[in-house]
Amino acid sequence: MKNFHALGLGTLTALGLAAMSILPAAAEWKPTKPVEFIVPAGTGGGADQMARTLQGIIAKHELMSTQLIVINKSGGAGGEGFLDVKNNKGNPHKIVITLSNLFTTPLATGIPFNWKDMTPVAMLALDEFVLWVNASEPYKTAQEYTAAIKAAPDGTFKMGGTGSKQEDQIITVAFEKAVGKKMTYIPYKGGGEVAVQLVGGHINSSVNNPIEAVSQWRGDKLRPLCVFDEKTLPYTDKILGDLSWSSVPTCKSAGVDVEYLMLRGIFMPPGVTDEQVAYFVDLFKKVRETPEWKQLMKDGAFNQTFMAGAEFKDWLTKAEATHKGLMQEAGFIAAAN
Amino acid sequence: MFENFVNLWHGFGIAADPFNILLMAVGILLGVIIGVLPGLGGANGVAILLPLTFSMSPTSAIILLTCIYWGALFGGAITSVLFNIPGEPWSVATTFDGHPMARSGRAGEALTAAFTSSFVGAFVAIVMITMIAPLVAQFALRFGPAEKFAVYFLAFASFVGMSKEPPAKTVVSMMIGFALAAVGLDMVTGQLRLTFGSEELLNGFDFLIAVIGLFGIGEILLTMEEGLEFRGKAAKIDAKVVWHTWKTLPKYWATSLRSCVIGCWMGITPAGATPASFMAYGVAKRVSKTGKNFGNGEIEGVIAPETAAHAAGTSAMLPMLALGVPGSPTAAVLLGGLLIWGLQPGPMLFVEQSEFVWGLIASMYLGNIVGLILVLTTVPLFASILRIPFSIIAPVILVICAIGAYTVNNNVFDVVMMLVFGVIGYVLKKTNYPLAPLVLAIVLGDSAEEAFRQSLLGSAGSLSVFWSTPLVATIMGIGLLAGVWPLISNLISRVRGVAQPA
Repeated sequence: MKNFHALGLGTLTALGLAAMSILPAAAEWKPTKPVEFIVPAGTGGGADQMARTLQGIIAKHELMSTQLIVINKSGGAGGEGFLDVKNNKGNPHKIVITLSNLFTTPLATGIPFNWKDMTPVAMLALDEFVLWVNASEPYKTAQEYTAAIKAAPDGTFKMGGTGSKQEDQIITVAFEKAVGKKMTYIPYKGGGEVAVQLVGGHINSSVNNPIEAVSQWRGDKLRPLCVFDEKTLPYTDKILGDLSWSSVPTCKSAGVDVEYLMLRGIFMPPGVTDEQVAYFVDLFKKVRETPEWKQLMKDGAFNQTFMAGAEFKDWLTKAEATHKGLMQEAGFIAAAN
Repeated sequence: MFENFVNLWHGFGIAADPFNILLMAVGILLGVIIGVLPGLGGANGVAILLPLTFSMSPTSAIILLTCIYWGALFGGAITSVLFNIPGEPWSVATTFDGHPMARSGRAGEALTAAFTSSFVGAFVAIVMITMIAPLVAQFALRFGPAEKFAVYFLAFASFVGMSKEPPAKTVVSMMIGFALAAVGLDMVTGQLRLTFGSEELLNGFDFLIAVIGLFGIGEILLTMEEGLEFRGKAAKIDAKVVWHTWKTLPKYWATSLRSCVIGCWMGITPAGATPASFMAYGVAKRVSKTGKNFGNGEIEGVIAPETAAHAAGTSAMLPMLALGVPGSPTAAVLLGGLLIWGLQPGPMLFVEQSEFVWGLIASMYLGNIVGLILVLTTVPLFASILRIPFSIIAPVILVICAIGAYTVNNNVFDVVMMLVFGVIGYVLKKTNYPLAPLVLAIVLGDSAEEAFRQSLLGSAGSLSVFWSTPLVATIMGIGLLAGVWPLISNLISRVRGVAQPA
């Protein structure tokens, strides 16, 4: 912990110098009152944790002249939060953090909003998904697990996940397609609960995000089988014995060709100026340089891609199309769409 | 177990640092204020103050935040007793007898009993955590959806037939609650239901809005009708009230003990403090000799729910630390805090961060003692609020209620909903429909439905899942028994009634 603080101080000084050098460019627009930071999910979940970490980092390093206030608006699978941003046209003192419900909620529920109704600011990171089983199960690899699923009748194996018709169930449907057998999907309220249900043996597997299940892995209660990404994760810190995130193979290499990453991005209400967007892009660039952020990325084995501007919009357009395709195939689209 | 005591002793060394003691006092005071303001609640209070703690050591930070939590638990009882407005779900059962006591001029007694019982409940739970932490955490793992549903079922069942009103009215009231709880997103299918295209209803009906309206506003309307006279006015303020009440408390040791057991059990099986408080109240009512008088200001009716709620609230910290499952929204925010301080809750926390864990457990002992002393000294002060004329205090309560309703979701629509619930509460009270089953159904309806449907998904629709293991079968069995007990006891008394003349 002490080393951590010393490191923090050093970086802080470096950061201060760096901040001064870019100051003139960013000084054109500044928030004049506290900025609301909307979390379209409940307290304690992945998006909420990230928002509160951001709030802490920004307060600790004094990166903003006014306060940042985190507000949870989780109603209607996050629809409440996104509608609030959409309806606050031209208000630069409001930002929102996204999870996959940016795409899935309007499609599954028909709540009227779309990412184009808001102003994209930046992609902060992408969250990974990992296939987990209980450590006491005999399956050591994804191949062994899928072989067992194939050998049993449809619906024998239970997959637990967060929410319904959201990212976890989309991955499950894609996984079923790759394996060629149906599973029983059981939705829970949060990722932490899913991990514990898996430890307790009430479900057979989960697709928890790394940060939701890493402590159970460290305690040798859960075992990661494969990661739903195109390449293995870069983090080599030891977690259990000699194993690290980098030793988890990709699902593709195990014969399950499924890839899925979840957006952790920032949006503003529609109708804000380019200068106002530039201020927040700059703010989050500074956040990314802090040791606390780097630690969070490492703990959660995040994919650290950063994007803003046109590049980010292209990515969003593609991601929206992907989600629509996946959800259409799975039959998750609401009648209203 | 011996090792636990060595660790705990070491933990006391950390927690008893003067700076940490100061943080405890500050935390408790802030918490009491937060608890007194309905709607603000522990979770929001902790969330607002969380960023302030990032510069502290993790141990000091969690001491400050948990003390805010304890303070809010204590504070919730104050508004329940004085104004019939429960600040938190688990204070609802406290209003049943606490408020009638305040009305008959025994506010000081009710508050003392509530605070002392809270302390006893929390203390017993901490002792249990100290002794058998690892075992308890293992037990919590055995709770899947079917077991959870069984616990909720038991809570509902033990509630049926305990109210003075006819069972039919209780059931009607409970069903209205279930209907209200169903509004919003259906977790299992991911579809919206009963929102009728309204954006305001996306979030469903928040428990706090309903309770502030039904109890708080409804109460004000009733009092207004009865001539603007606050019936607690006659309260004599006596500085010795704490001492006098304490002398009577040991009589109720059996109630306390029973409530502690119910509370600890419900806290560990992650059902939480709310069902614990209702269940303890229901059981106390049934077992007590003065059970018939419950609801008219029986001190036992305050002791039972408060003891159980705090025993549950405290023991719920254990699954959070040992398994990383938050048992309440407040615990969820604390969990977020742990991650920011670089601590991973989970099976390894007790091994890797033993200094932190035992510092926290030691601070639970000290924090509750500091809290009890602080709140007891303020009992005469709070009780004297009732001497303010109703025409002055009513608008103040109304404003506080409105602010409280707004803070829940930062939404003006909620304030309107609160007023609507106020009128509903008034009408229900005038027509003798009990409010408690309605509230219980709003609070637990969602979770119960979710657990029920998760169980059926897992069993492919077969109800046998509720009898599949000895654990779930036992809980369901007790629940069924509790549900039909009024019928059985009725039958027994009838048989006896017939038998006697013969």
